[in-house]
Amino acid sequence: MQISSTTKEESSLTIMKRGFKAGFPIMLGYLPIAITYGVLANQIGLSLFELTWMSAAVFAGASQFMAVNMIAVGTGIIEIIIATFVLNFRHFIMNLSMMNVLKAIPLHKKLPLSLGVTDETFAVSSMYPEEGKKAQGIWFYGTIIGFAYISWVIGSLFGGLLGEIIPPALSQSMGIALYAMFIGLLIPSVKKDFKVVYIAVVAMFIHWGCLQLGISTGWAIVYGTIFGGMIGIPLLKEEDV
Amino acid sequence: MIIVMIMGMFIVTMLPRLIPVFIVEKIQFRPWVNRWLLAIPYAALGALIFPGILSIVPNQPIVGLLGGLVAITLSLLRLNVVFVVIGSILAAYIMINLFPM
Repeated sequence: MQISSTTKEESSLTIMKRGFKAGFPIMLGYLPIAITYGVLANQIGLSLFELTWMSAAVFAGASQFMAVNMIAVGTGIIEIIIATFVLNFRHFIMNLSMMNVLKAIPLHKKLPLSLGVTDETFAVSSMYPEEGKKAQGIWFYGTIIGFAYISWVIGSLFGGLLGEIIPPALSQSMGIALYAMFIGLLIPSVKKDFKVVYIAVVAMFIHWGCLQLGISTGWAIVYGTIFGGMIGIPLLKEEDV
Repeated sequence: MIIVMIMGMFIVTMLPRLIPVFIVEKIQFRPWVNRWLLAIPYAALGALIFPGILSIVPNQPIVGLLGGLVAITLSLLRLNVVFVVIGSILAAYIMINLFPM
């Protein structure tokens, strides 16, 4: 490896360490939820293989919980697949935003990254846009997504295997973990640039308003993200964020 | 049958995640679209936080509300996200178990 004296090249290990630090809260939030999912999926009669395979293939918590509920009440497969599409379509919008930031990373490396985009991996990754400008940035986002994926799949297996190891009182209070992480990501950006509060608050109220109109949560989040984001068009400058 | 369902779920989840990679690769966006895409993370965070946080304990939105206020306070104090998460879990645990409503 050549290291020039003027530009300091970071080792991939250093970058991965930073990625792990940034992604650790996701693991903390995913484990109890994955375990809860495993327990529920097991209770409605999915085999250990089926419930773990669902986590490995789908990697989208809300839709997995929904599928488990729908199986429990005897809904057909087609309805479950359509509902999954509606619920997860928000990742299309999020990915459009994220991939626009990762311009420096080559296509064949962006493809596996894109498959690992969830609400949480997107939220954390997009708070570190400067890593996307480096060719080495793949190690940063790859570490965040990789560890999130592993903890989701292992947590699901663990839940299916061990059933009721987490007392309900604790797992219920852990339900706030991912929301707290979203808040913990938003507040520092607000302190840096107060304008982002307007964007977030408008999105909140669009989501809430859509629910009042009887629109499903999946689409309500999509609308909140699309139209809330539009507030940013006049507010943000290109060099911002 | 469950395996067929999971494959279907896999396809409808992966396609929306994959397609943006090719869109962004092919198209050079106009500046206003770039500003919109820059705002997406904050809009997504907002839409993901509220009103979902109110439903962590069914019929007790106050637990999510106060837990969220604890998270806001801890982040304003510049604590690391891990401690924000742990602090709000503790707050929710106390509200659920010590002060049942």
